[in-house]
Amino acid sequence: MKRARMTLRRRKAALGMLFVSPWLLGFLFLFVVPLYESFLYSLNSLTLGKGGFDTSYEGFAYYRELFRTHPTFNRVLTEAITDIVINVPSITIFSLFVATLINQKFRGRVFARAIFFLPVLLAAPVLSLENSTQMNAIASSITGTSGEGGFLFTSFELQRMLLEAGAGQGIISYITDSVDRIYEIISSSGVQILIFLAALQSISPSLYEAAKIEGTTGYEAFWKITFPMISPILLTNVVYTIVDAYSRNALSQMITDTAFQSLNFSLSAAMAWVYFLVVATILLLTTTLISRKVFYYD
Amino acid sequence: MKPAVRPRAEAWIEQVKRIHPIYWAKHWSWVAVRAILVIGFCFVILYPLFFKLSVSFKDRMDIYDTTVLWIPKNFTLDTIRIAFQALSYPKTAWNSFAIAGVSTAMQVVSCSLAAFAFARLQFKGSGLLFAGVIFTIIVPVQTIMITTYLNYRYFDVFGLIELFTGQRGINLLDSYWPFILQSITGMGIKSGLFIFIFRQFFRGIPTELEEASYIDGCTVFQSFYRIMLPNAIPAIVTVVLFSFVWQWNDNYFVSLFLTSTDVLSTKLPVMWASFSLTDPLYAYLVKNAGELLFIAPIILLYMFAQRYFVESVERSGLIG
Repeated sequence: MKRARMTLRRRKAALGMLFVSPWLLGFLFLFVVPLYESFLYSLNSLTLGKGGFDTSYEGFAYYRELFRTHPTFNRVLTEAITDIVINVPSITIFSLFVATLINQKFRGRVFARAIFFLPVLLAAPVLSLENSTQMNAIASSITGTSGEGGFLFTSFELQRMLLEAGAGQGIISYITDSVDRIYEIISSSGVQILIFLAALQSISPSLYEAAKIEGTTGYEAFWKITFPMISPILLTNVVYTIVDAYSRNALSQMITDTAFQSLNFSLSAAMAWVYFLVVATILLLTTTLISRKVFYYD
Repeated sequence: MKPAVRPRAEAWIEQVKRIHPIYWAKHWSWVAVRAILVIGFCFVILYPLFFKLSVSFKDRMDIYDTTVLWIPKNFTLDTIRIAFQALSYPKTAWNSFAIAGVSTAMQVVSCSLAAFAFARLQFKGSGLLFAGVIFTIIVPVQTIMITTYLNYRYFDVFGLIELFTGQRGINLLDSYWPFILQSITGMGIKSGLFIFIFRQFFRGIPTELEEASYIDGCTVFQSFYRIMLPNAIPAIVTVVLFSFVWQWNDNYFVSLFLTSTDVLSTKLPVMWASFSLTDPLYAYLVKNAGELLFIAPIILLYMFAQRYFVESVERSGLIG
C-alpha cells in the first residue's frame, strides 16, 4: 500500500515536470535568454549587416545618452510615472465601487454585468472609441454651427460653463480632464472589476448575517467586513493595474519607435531597461506598503 | 424561550422597516441612486457603439442634416461597403481570425497543462517556477522586444541550422510561426495571467474528486482530462474569450512579426492609403464603419460566451 502511494506521488512529480516543460522551454528560450540579451544589447552598439548583426561594447554610454542628451526621454518617463501614480488609485477605487454596485441584487443585473465587462474586450489601441465627440468638432468646423447641440454635453460646453462661473484655469482643466477620462477609466478597469467581483462573492454570507444581528449598518459592514476580506485582492489589483499601464503610454510607443523607425536598437533596449527598473521599483514600493495593511482571513 | 422570540422580533423589525417612512425613503433613494449610476455607466460604455452603429448607415446627406440624430433618414450601406473594400475585409479578417484562433487553442492547452502541474502535481522547484510565471507578467513586453524580433529574424535552435545551411538562422518573420511558438510555449499575450487563472481554478476543485478518480484507476493525465477540465469549463471560457480577443485587438505583436501579411488591427489605422476622400467628415464616417467591422466579430463571440463568462465570475476561482 505504502509503496503504491509513493510511486503515484513520484509519477505525479514526473508528470508535473512534463506538463510544465513546454512552458519552461518558452520561459528559458523566449523569455530569460531574450531578457539577458536585451540587457547586453543596451551595453553594446548594434549594426545590422547582410548576414546578421555585429556588436561592439560601449559600456553604459547609452544610459548616459538617455538621461543627459536625449531630448524627450526624461519628460516622457516622468509623465509615464505620474500617469501611473494618478491612474492606479482612481482605477482601483472605481473598480471596487463598481464591483460592490453590481454585486448587489437588483433587476437586470445580469445584463448590467454583461455590459460592464464589454470594455475589457474593446480596449484595443487601434479603436478610438472615446473620441466620438470628435465628430461634432469636425462637423462644427465645416458647417460653422455648434453641431447637434443639446444631447452631446461635451467638455467644451463644460469648460465654457466653468469659465463663465469664474473658476480658475487649473481647476477647469482638472475637472474637464477627469470627465474626458471617464471612458478611459471605465475601459481600463474591466479586469479589475472582474477580480473584485469574484472576491466579493467568496466572502461568506454568515459574516454579514452575524454583523446584522449585532446591529451593524451597511456602511460599517463595508469597512469592517468587506474591505478587510478583499484586501489581498486589492493588492493583486493594484499590481495588475500598474502592469496593465504598459500597454497604453507614450513611453512604450517611444521605445518601439526608437527601435524600428530610427533603428537605434541599443538605445531602445536601454530605454526599455530603465522603464522596467522604474516600474519594478514602483511595484516593490506599493506591494510592501499595501501588504503591511493586508488582512488574511486564514 | 429565546429561539421563539428572535424570529418574532425580527419579523416585527421587518414590518417596521416596511412601513416606517424614514426606512422607506432610505431604501428607495438608494435604489434610485443605484439605478442612475448603473444606467449612467452603461450609457458611457454603450454610447460609442451606438454611435458607430448609427453613423455607419447614414447617408452623406444625413451628416449635414441637423434634424437627424440617431436614426438615419436615408438608410444606406455605401459607407460600410467602402470600409469593407478599403480593409479588403474577407482576407484580412481571415488572417486575424486564423492567428487569433490558432494561438488561442494552443494557449489554452499549454497554460492549462502548466497550471494543472502547478496546482496539483508537487515537484521540486514548482514554487520557484511559479514565481517565474509571475515574473513574466510584470516584465514589460518592450523590454524583450528587440531580442524577440532578432530571434525570429535569425531563428536558430542551438546553432543547428547554421551548422547545416551555413546561414545565420532562418527568417521566421512574416509567417505564423512566431505566434505558434509563443503560444505553444505559454509565452503569448498575457499567458502568465491565464496560467494564474487556471491555477486558481484548479486549486478550487475538491481534491476528493481527483483522489476518487485515481482509486477508479485513472492515470494522472486521464484525471486531468476527464475530471479537471470538465469542471473548469467556466475558466476555459474566460481564457478562450480573453485570449482570442486580446490577440484579435493586438497590434503590437502583429506589427512586430508581420510585414506583408495584413491583419485587421494593422490595416485599420492605415486604411486611408487605399482611397482618397476629400470630405474629412465622410472620411470620419468611413473610419467608424471600419471600426464597426473590426469589433463586430468580438461582439458576436461575446454574445455567445457571455452566459458562461458571467457565470464563471459567479463561481470562479479567479481570486488570489
